[in-house]
Amino acid sequence: MSATRRSPGMRLAFRYLAAALITVVFVFPVYWLFIISFKTPDEIFAFPPVWYPKSLQLANYHVLFKDGDAATVGNSLILASVSTFFAMILGTIAAYSLVRFKTGGENLAVWIISQRMMPPVAIVFPLFLAYVFIGWVDSYVGLIVLYTAFSLPYVIWMMRGYIEDIPLELEESALVDGCSRWEVLWKVVFPMARAGLFATAVFTFVFAWNEFLFALVLTRTEVTTYTVQVTHYFGGQSNFWAKIAAMSVLGTIPVFFTVAVMQRFLVRGISMGAVKG
Amino acid sequence: MSDLKISNLHKHYGSFHAVKGIDLEVPSGEFTVLVGPSGCGKSTLLRTIAGLEDSSSGTVEIAGRDVTWARPRDRDIAMVFQNYALYPYLNVKDNIAFGLRARKFAEAEVEKRVSRAAGMLGIGHLLKRFPRELSGGQRQRVAIGRAIVRDAVLYLFDEPLSNLDAQLRDDMRVEIKRLHQELGRTMVYVTHDQIEAMTLADRIVLLRDGLIEQQGSPLDLFERPKTRFVAGFLGSPKMNFIPATATETGVALNDGTRLDMPGRSGMKTGQAVVLGLRPQYIAMAGQSLAKGHARVPVTIELVQPTGSRVQATMPLGGASIIAELAAHDVSRPGERTEIDIDMTRAVIIDPKSEQVI
Repeated sequence: MSATRRSPGMRLAFRYLAAALITVVFVFPVYWLFIISFKTPDEIFAFPPVWYPKSLQLANYHVLFKDGDAATVGNSLILASVSTFFAMILGTIAAYSLVRFKTGGENLAVWIISQRMMPPVAIVFPLFLAYVFIGWVDSYVGLIVLYTAFSLPYVIWMMRGYIEDIPLELEESALVDGCSRWEVLWKVVFPMARAGLFATAVFTFVFAWNEFLFALVLTRTEVTTYTVQVTHYFGGQSNFWAKIAAMSVLGTIPVFFTVAVMQRFLVRGISMGAVKG
Repeated sequence: MSDLKISNLHKHYGSFHAVKGIDLEVPSGEFTVLVGPSGCGKSTLLRTIAGLEDSSSGTVEIAGRDVTWARPRDRDIAMVFQNYALYPYLNVKDNIAFGLRARKFAEAEVEKRVSRAAGMLGIGHLLKRFPRELSGGQRQRVAIGRAIVRDAVLYLFDEPLSNLDAQLRDDMRVEIKRLHQELGRTMVYVTHDQIEAMTLADRIVLLRDGLIEQQGSPLDLFERPKTRFVAGFLGSPKMNFIPATATETGVALNDGTRLDMPGRSGMKTGQAVVLGLRPQYIAMAGQSLAKGHARVPVTIELVQPTGSRVQATMPLGGASIIAELAAHDVSRPGERTEIDIDMTRAVIIDPKSEQVI
């Protein structure tokens, strides 16, 4: 029975090897994206491929900043941050109301989350016409309102679960001790649901950050987002791989840092929801 | 002067009638315990006093002011919850100071009061710790500290000791009683534990099915219960109930045993009754000093020593009764002996109305 069993050292080595292989498979595309952004045009099209460039030249980035293309990352940042902020505030208050005051009975929450199931493409053109009518096309406010509205069902649904986990006694104790409902929200609910708040905010932010369809249809030149900007480099005759890569890297960095900083809360927040089921 | 006055209070949850018309007045400085089996409405009553539940009808007055529709924070109350309700993200000091800061007390005053309350409860050395670093007893002290740090008119306790183990519960009971003596404040305390009720209360309010069954001092309820329910609820071990028939001089049990009752009154001869005997008022033959005791032969069935006393189970008149005897009176089952029953302490109950005659 122990004849086929390998020594512990062998087993460990095998595991590390497998882990390394899997890591390479997942990390390579990211590496390739980064490395292309630093290559010269010759290196990009060279065959056999240049696995790592001789020097990390920044010309591809320089062009993006010179032409103002990089500003689209700033647009995305503004749209995603502001819409996340509003969605979190409004969504948390709405979720609190659903949980504690049973607003709308048992079914309102399900109805709210069902809004997520509507395919965005079904409403993008009616919305475009409406936005033309009220003059919101190609404006910050237009996309912020839209992203906020789109994130709300998700925020409400998630925060509802986190708030349900807060022991009612904590809130009642605060009410007796002299807090108003708003103070209870601020001093008890927010701190108690902190991990959930951060986890939900990260996902909301990433949704808005990666959003493409509405940004494509509802913006022109003023508030182009980086996702839309990247598609401008796919031409009929040729694709600007250097720009595509550099722009994609610029678009990855903010999300990368957000997730890195929030990781602690993210894991806890997600597992909190998981336990709740 | 009363700090709490409740008039004709009702509470419905949908079709469930939890509190069915309660009138209660709690004098200043008194320790009142609301006690009863689970589902009797005692917690609902307390939460309605606190304003955490709306009353369906009736009024609540605190310190002479009608607060029936006031928010909890406008009632001048402090409350200790069953599960401590400590904020896990605040340390002990900030937990105790929470209510003061919510009421915008100056920070110097907060410092002073927190350290005084912590000193009273012996938790001064824990102020920097977080709730998760405390034991159950320490958490409960912090929860109590958070209540007493405020100068409230009325202090409410919702089963504060039910999460503690037996030893700790005894200690905290003493602590709470001592706090009440030191502070002299009006306290209303909810529990389902009759020993807590007996030991803590100036006055016990015994609730059953949303109504007050009887209220009075602990000894009053113990010695002069008005109903079978009260007689059976208070006291440990429970009162023995034996079916019997009234005779001219006392009662006769179903096996023919006749027990004379000095000062017998209220019964019609031949009437079916229930005889209530407390285990404490039964002794081995010859040991009882009470006059008017009745002597009966019995066979011991079961022996449960508790240390200084022993609880002996034995059949009597077709029922199984428990007697609390001195530690070395009986040693093993099967023993045949004689007991003296103090019939002056016996309670006679009408089996139909369940009222004490």
